[in-house]
Amino acid sequence: MAEFIDLVLLAMLALTALRIIFLKDLFAVVMLFGIYSFLSALIFVNLDAVDVAFTEASVGAGISTVLMLGTLALTGRKEKKSTHSKLLPLFVVLVTGAALIYGTLDMPPFGDPNNPVHQHVAPRYIEESPKEVGLPNMVTSVLASYRGFDTLGETVVVFAALIGVFSLLGVRRKQKKDHESGLESHTVLHVVAKVIIPLVILFALYVQFHGDFGPGGGFQAGVIAAAAFILYALVFGLPKAFAVVGPKFLQWMAAFGVLLYASVGLYSMYKGGNFLDYNQLAADPIAGQHYGIIIIELGVGFTVFAVMLNIFYAFGSQAERSNVQ
Amino acid sequence: MNFILDYYNYWIVVFLMMAGFYIVISANNLVKKIVGLNVFQTSVFMLYISMGKVSGGTAPIVVEGVTEYSNPLPHVLILTAIVVGVATTAVGLALVVRIKRAYGTVEENEFDNKDDAI
Repeated sequence: MAEFIDLVLLAMLALTALRIIFLKDLFAVVMLFGIYSFLSALIFVNLDAVDVAFTEASVGAGISTVLMLGTLALTGRKEKKSTHSKLLPLFVVLVTGAALIYGTLDMPPFGDPNNPVHQHVAPRYIEESPKEVGLPNMVTSVLASYRGFDTLGETVVVFAALIGVFSLLGVRRKQKKDHESGLESHTVLHVVAKVIIPLVILFALYVQFHGDFGPGGGFQAGVIAAAAFILYALVFGLPKAFAVVGPKFLQWMAAFGVLLYASVGLYSMYKGGNFLDYNQLAADPIAGQHYGIIIIELGVGFTVFAVMLNIFYAFGSQAERSNVQ
Repeated sequence: MNFILDYYNYWIVVFLMMAGFYIVISANNLVKKIVGLNVFQTSVFMLYISMGKVSGGTAPIVVEGVTEYSNPLPHVLILTAIVVGVATTAVGLALVVRIKRAYGTVEENEFDNKDDAI
């Protein structure tokens, strides 16, 4: 049954991608891309990658789509007719695709437990991590403990992206109040948003602190919490959202998350271990691992939340400015 | 039939990759190019996750009575790759917005004759 679902979902994914190629209306393209992300999240669930599915659904279908729509608001929704020939790109794609398909025939069959990929470090993670780290969710164990250094790097990259977007766009804090910001006249939306937002934030906190036991963790929780505030900004307008959490505060928060993560590493060095060696954080190694993972996941959550929301602010305030002109 | 089931995932991944690649090299509009880049990116994620799947395995979260788990390592790598992916997408879109402000267009073939005006 799982194979059948896999076949159908992948075929739908291929059709969506094909449609994206031919559509000229960019609004529809972005919406189809959201569908594409959701479909891939479903496939990830089917392939047992629940944490990845969670991330793809919240990031790919959520934040990416919002950012692309924000860009469309500034650049226009119609793609103009192309002047150059489509034949050369088609030829390149067909040749490359044929070579890759030929290459896949050398790949080991899909799903075979004896594939080389399952022989190297994976058995160790699967057998030892519940004993060494003490968490049921192996993905969190590998992410936060065995490969904690990589994850610190990823968090820094996310932080660097914020610096990039801010140096390109910047946020205008003072909004002129001569036009309607957000959906101020829609009372129904206000009421619905007020009901939904606390629930979304509660869910984000659940994902943050339950990530050790089930799917989820700092990355997903940060994005979900940011989505709650994005909804607030969309419905009540940017000026009100700035009054709740301003861009300046978020800049500090993004840096604080990275520093919190790195300081756990430095503290474990101070205690006599290696960088990010959580065993040093408490007398009992398993308890130490647990403290370390909770703190660094919190750091990741802070940074991802602050960066995603601040990037949305940067795009949103650009759109508001161009509406005024 | 077995032969198809063994390689179907990889073939679709190649198709998606090529679809994304085609959008990137043939589209004029910069926003569409970024959508194409994301399609390509997601197909690479799919490739890694497909390789991590073990037939008869389950999600890598410890449950009583289950011994067969899918490989958690690709999951970790791809999870962080998705978040980094949205971060780079955001920088790309910010660049598009700046290009629109400087050139007044985001269509690639309209840049050439405007370079002198800047």
